[in-house]
Amino acid sequence: MLTLDRITFRREDFVLHADVSVEGPGIVAVIGPSGGGKSTLLSLIAGFELPDEGRVCWNNAEMTNLAPGERPVAVLFQDNNLFPHLDAATNVALGASPRARPPPAARDRAAEALSAVGLDGMGERMPGELSGGQQSRVALARALLTDRPLVLMDEAFSALGPALRLEMLTLVKSLLADKTVLMVTHDPDDARRVARQTMFVEDGRLRPAEDTGALFANPHDALARYLA
Amino acid sequence: MAERAQPLGAAGVIGIAAAAAIPLLILLATVAIIRVAEPGNGPTQADWAALRFTLWQAFLSATFSVALAVPVARALARRRFPGRGALVTLLGAPFLLPVIVAIFGLLAVFGRSGLVNSGLGMLGLPQISIYGLHGVVLAHVFFNLPLATRLILQGWQDIPSERFRLAASLGMDATAVNRHLERPMLRQVVPGAALVIFVICTMSFAVALTLGGGPRATTVELAIYQALRFEFDLDRAAFLALVQLAITVFLAMLAYRILRHQGFAHGLDRPLMRWDGRTPALRLLDGFLILIAALFLLVPIASAVARGAPEVVGLPQAVWVSALRSLCVAGASTALVVVLAVAMALAATRLKDRGGWIETAGLTALAASPLVLGTGIFVLVHPVANPEALALPVTALVNAIVTLPFALRALVPACRTIESEYGRLADTLGLRGWARLRLVVLPRLLRPLGFSAGLAAALSMGDLGVIALFADPDTATLPLQVYRLMGAYRMEEAGGAAVLLLVLSFGAFWMLDRGARRADA
Amino acid sequence: MRIPCLGAGLVMAAGAATAGSLPELTVITYDSFVSEWGPGPAVEAAFEETCACDLNFVAAGDGAALLARVKLEGERSEADIVLGIDTNLTAEAMATGLFAPHGCMAADLDVPVPWEDEIFLPYVWGYFAFVHDTGLEGVPQSFEELADSDVSIIIQDPRSSTPGLGLLLWVKAAYGDRAAEIWSALADNVVTVTPGWSEAYGMFLEGEADMVLSYTTSPAYHLIAEGDAGKAAAPFSEGHYMQVEVAGKLASTDQPELADRFLSFMLTDAFQEIIPTTNWMYPAVIPDNGLPDGFETLIQPAKPLLLSAAEARTVRVPALDEWLNALSR
Repeated sequence: MLTLDRITFRREDFVLHADVSVEGPGIVAVIGPSGGGKSTLLSLIAGFELPDEGRVCWNNAEMTNLAPGERPVAVLFQDNNLFPHLDAATNVALGASPRARPPPAARDRAAEALSAVGLDGMGERMPGELSGGQQSRVALARALLTDRPLVLMDEAFSALGPALRLEMLTLVKSLLADKTVLMVTHDPDDARRVARQTMFVEDGRLRPAEDTGALFANPHDALARYLA
Repeated sequence: MAERAQPLGAAGVIGIAAAAAIPLLILLATVAIIRVAEPGNGPTQADWAALRFTLWQAFLSATFSVALAVPVARALARRRFPGRGALVTLLGAPFLLPVIVAIFGLLAVFGRSGLVNSGLGMLGLPQISIYGLHGVVLAHVFFNLPLATRLILQGWQDIPSERFRLAASLGMDATAVNRHLERPMLRQVVPGAALVIFVICTMSFAVALTLGGGPRATTVELAIYQALRFEFDLDRAAFLALVQLAITVFLAMLAYRILRHQGFAHGLDRPLMRWDGRTPALRLLDGFLILIAALFLLVPIASAVARGAPEVVGLPQAVWVSALRSLCVAGASTALVVVLAVAMALAATRLKDRGGWIETAGLTALAASPLVLGTGIFVLVHPVANPEALALPVTALVNAIVTLPFALRALVPACRTIESEYGRLADTLGLRGWARLRLVVLPRLLRPLGFSAGLAAALSMGDLGVIALFADPDTATLPLQVYRLMGAYRMEEAGGAAVLLLVLSFGAFWMLDRGARRADA
Repeated sequence: MRIPCLGAGLVMAAGAATAGSLPELTVITYDSFVSEWGPGPAVEAAFEETCACDLNFVAAGDGAALLARVKLEGERSEADIVLGIDTNLTAEAMATGLFAPHGCMAADLDVPVPWEDEIFLPYVWGYFAFVHDTGLEGVPQSFEELADSDVSIIIQDPRSSTPGLGLLLWVKAAYGDRAAEIWSALADNVVTVTPGWSEAYGMFLEGEADMVLSYTTSPAYHLIAEGDAGKAAAPFSEGHYMQVEVAGKLASTDQPELADRFLSFMLTDAFQEIIPTTNWMYPAVIPDNGLPDGFETLIQPAKPLLLSAAEARTVRVPALDEWLNALSR
């Protein structure tokens, strides 16, 4: 369970408040207008930013002051998910062992993860030789390999076309079924398709996660305004 | 303000230490100089003369370089011809060219028995002498005309092409284009270019050493060298070093203010589509200018190569030993630049907005000329050890410090880009320390690093400054060896050694720069 | 630096290995002494025949720069003997306290001045003169004539070079208080000022100037070694300043006995007969077989000039300022 305990984050004249818990596993969509604080929220959870007040906890263990790499968190960014000078297998293996030379065991597991995302035998390809969809799959394979229970996706597939994006979301849903996935998206349809719950963020205020179906069936005023 | 304080890591700590150590070393050297400089012993007439000559030759060199560069840059900006790209690249070459090699080439062309005087002799005209003021200015123009041309050409490239299109649609001729587009640009670019060259020329030592003719053509830097090596007058050397320091600090601050907003030259191989200046007379003029500029640059180097290349094989052992010494100095200097620059760039990146001072700290090296820094170290070292015993390490160190600003200029932005693009990914993966450096930073940094290393190697290989101050007769580096052979009028051997030096300098640059590019491709 | 320089070390070690473990005597001297056509190689061979040692010459610029180097290195110097400063610098050199008495009985010297110096021994002497091609028209016969003419000259820097310093004192000895005036008048004749004699003479031979400051004996080189009678020294009516070059033992030497033996050797025929046709000056002791043929053709200054070592030391700094001021205008 992810808990954001009375979080306040200030940056110049922007303020974000969050006091919510998210129960895993499953996909939780984070939607809301741009500049509302979606990405800041993810940064606070990942550890890129520190809250001015409040605590971030995972299963009641505080991780507010842990470095990003020490948190039980894997992240899929919008872009730059892969190091372009490392081949696909090495990129994935880094999820198992962040050392200069990943041990052979990590490489074996990377190969398995690549098969799982449908990239069997493509481990030696460089990211530049892969299509956008394939690159996303490599990043997903790494998230699989990290064994971290919480996965953050910051508009991870927004650069892909609609069909490909749906394919990736479906893949995420099936492969990361045992993890808690927080998915920032600008497209409410993404939330409708795969998210068990949805959180709405606007003007630095985070509403608790609600059941996606119920929320969209009966949107509150703010959501209705956003969807309109 | 809650932003995750990024851990500095070992490299960052080294970087901060280095960034602090460089101004500290310069300060220490300055303090040492001030302590030794005899305050009651005011400037003599000869000191004033050295100061006057330094400023006057720098003024003339900057004026001629820029005045000649404007028409050449305009010709290059508005003409397309085969080899244009190669010529523009060539304009960057003098930066890497060892001074002593250029002087050897200039002597072969403009010396008493050189091409120009032979031609004048055949025509029955009086001979020209390359020694003294005109020789110094000639050599400085040789080195700085290309630089000025590049800077001014950049100005031309920065004029938005829409304006030229507009001018063309309005039917402006070359004169009108000049008034409305070019002159405003030149007013912006020329003072900066002239100032940069002025600063460079006030710090020029090797040219004055070889072509300066006695007290009439002595720069402050040369006077420092003479005080130290001719008379072993530490007081006077220190006093002169202070004078030189004052000049450079003043000019460096002036240049910093003027040049802050100008970037490095880039994308110069793209000629502008121009519609004006299509008359045959202007074409002929431009062609002539480009030809003359190319000959002025190429003939001295080609003469040096032609005269020296056949001698390389038969060079005496002493020359090869000095070449080996130069390779060691260049290798050590390059390694130092690479380590310091990477560490400082990492520190600057990790300190984020508070890291600006690190680059500035590196830039302070520009305020102290190598010879002043060398004098300071000499004064520091002399009471405890024989400075001559430290000739090679000190040369490597000073060369590294002098190259560092260029390396930082290339590496800091590159490091910042890497951090902004891949920093968070590396963070979430828990990549830290050596693994992060090895897997993420170094591979992405390869190109600017190769370029910086190449620059450091070439500059250090060709340096004839600090080494002249420190070297004893037994520890000559290759440039000093060339100078000594020239002094002894062993011109064949000097030529061979000059070609060897040329090959080593450009070879080192090419290997490191191209090597990194190839590995990155 | 040490490890990457292993290669350089090996090359040098290879050179040193041939010398075995013989005691080493290091003599620092001026450039032209050790050049292949200078006295160095022959002197080295002759001394090593008798000394069971390894004689090692180190060149350090011209004579005056030698003294700067001795001061710079101080007691840390690895040199045993300094050879090539002249009497204009001996007082200054003695004041450093870095030299030790030679302890030799000065043999019958053929130096035209009485010799009582306990620190330095002379090994060669000569007269300074401007050397020119015999084809030169209107050869000046005095400094004043030179200053009035268009004749171009190359001179040496008095701070680094003993000939340069000699010229400075020549003008001072001849003109006294008028020296500054003479230098101002000479300024436009000076093509360039070189750090040492080698550079200046080389430039003269390449045709960079009409005359060069050298010695009355320099034409002998062209006559004897090259069979070329085309060079001459211009006799000046003011007289010619004399140079007596000396060697001295450094107090810090680790080979004091060997150094003494070298200083004694220096005044024997074995050394002295090498001098006339390599250093192209007068030997301090005329060897048994006399001066080589050709030396009799050289000009003999009517009026030799020489300041005493003490006078030279007093005059040097003010004269140097006069020179710098005149030539820096």
